[in-house]
Amino acid sequence: MAIDNENGYMTQEELEEKGILLTSLDKLFNWARSWSLWPFQFGLACCAIEMICTTQARFDISRFGYEVFRNSPRQADVMIIAGTITEKMRPSVERLYHQIAEPRWVIAMGNCAISGGPFVDSYAVVPGADDIVPVDIYIPGCPPRPEALIHGMLQLKEKVNSPAKVRFKKYGK
Amino acid sequence: MENKINYQEMLTGKFGDKVVINAEKSYEVYANADNSLEVLEFLKAEGLNFLADISSADYKDYFEVVYQLYSFDDPDHLIVKVKLTHDNPQVTSLTSLWATADWLEREVYDLMGITFINHPNLERILTWEGFEGHPLRKDFVSKSGRK
Repeated sequence: MAIDNENGYMTQEELEEKGILLTSLDKLFNWARSWSLWPFQFGLACCAIEMICTTQARFDISRFGYEVFRNSPRQADVMIIAGTITEKMRPSVERLYHQIAEPRWVIAMGNCAISGGPFVDSYAVVPGADDIVPVDIYIPGCPPRPEALIHGMLQLKEKVNSPAKVRFKKYGK
Repeated sequence: MENKINYQEMLTGKFGDKVVINAEKSYEVYANADNSLEVLEFLKAEGLNFLADISSADYKDYFEVVYQLYSFDDPDHLIVKVKLTHDNPQVTSLTSLWATADWLEREVYDLMGITFINHPNLERILTWEGFEGHPLRKDFVSKSGRK
């Protein structure tokens, strides 16, 4: 292949044609992470049923590599809070979040996890998961359709892949 | 559905006017806080040997504790109610008759604040440690966390 620019370097495209990819390790890691988010398997209420449906044949979340629901927080990347968080459940959710190894992400699935939903005025319900843990993706719905959860996971993929954009949107720099 | 055995007649024969019956409601009797244990012990011996549920209601003027009794042998069902005042919401525990009364009474204590005398472990069962008040009481003020 001819080296036709003045510095004598190959362009990115020319390198890729030769099967060589130049990138940073961070980008590579984020690319790998974003295509293999392992959710933490736990459900708090009826949203969990939709989450289970998402893993089954009709919606098949394994098309994206997100089907590996782990039973231990130590092995999980993303915590899908699917359902109403009661005050009695609050310490457990908090503890499980802290047991997940970094980097970790949180998806608040359904109206209850976002804001307490129809139970927000109850004495026993936490008014939203962001009271306890930092939430990355909010999926509205009561409960959200499995397509919505898939869309949420793909949005999280974008977020993981573009840390600079996320930082810009959050802090403006 | 009519009961196979007429428990109202049986109770009036045994306890006289210490139990209150309503002839139109053959499945319901009223005991009072002093004799509820005796009445339920008697009914258990007479065949209503299954305590299905204990619940309670707040009618603002008084509390009502409601016992649901069934029989394992006959299709019989009897509701025993006990009225309690707000000043002294106490009734004798049934844990000596049915082991299942343990948790059922703890639930009623937790949510309605009715004390069960002689209960082995009368602690909150549904709400968390340090919770104040009894949420099913009409005068309970719910604290909303709405943002």
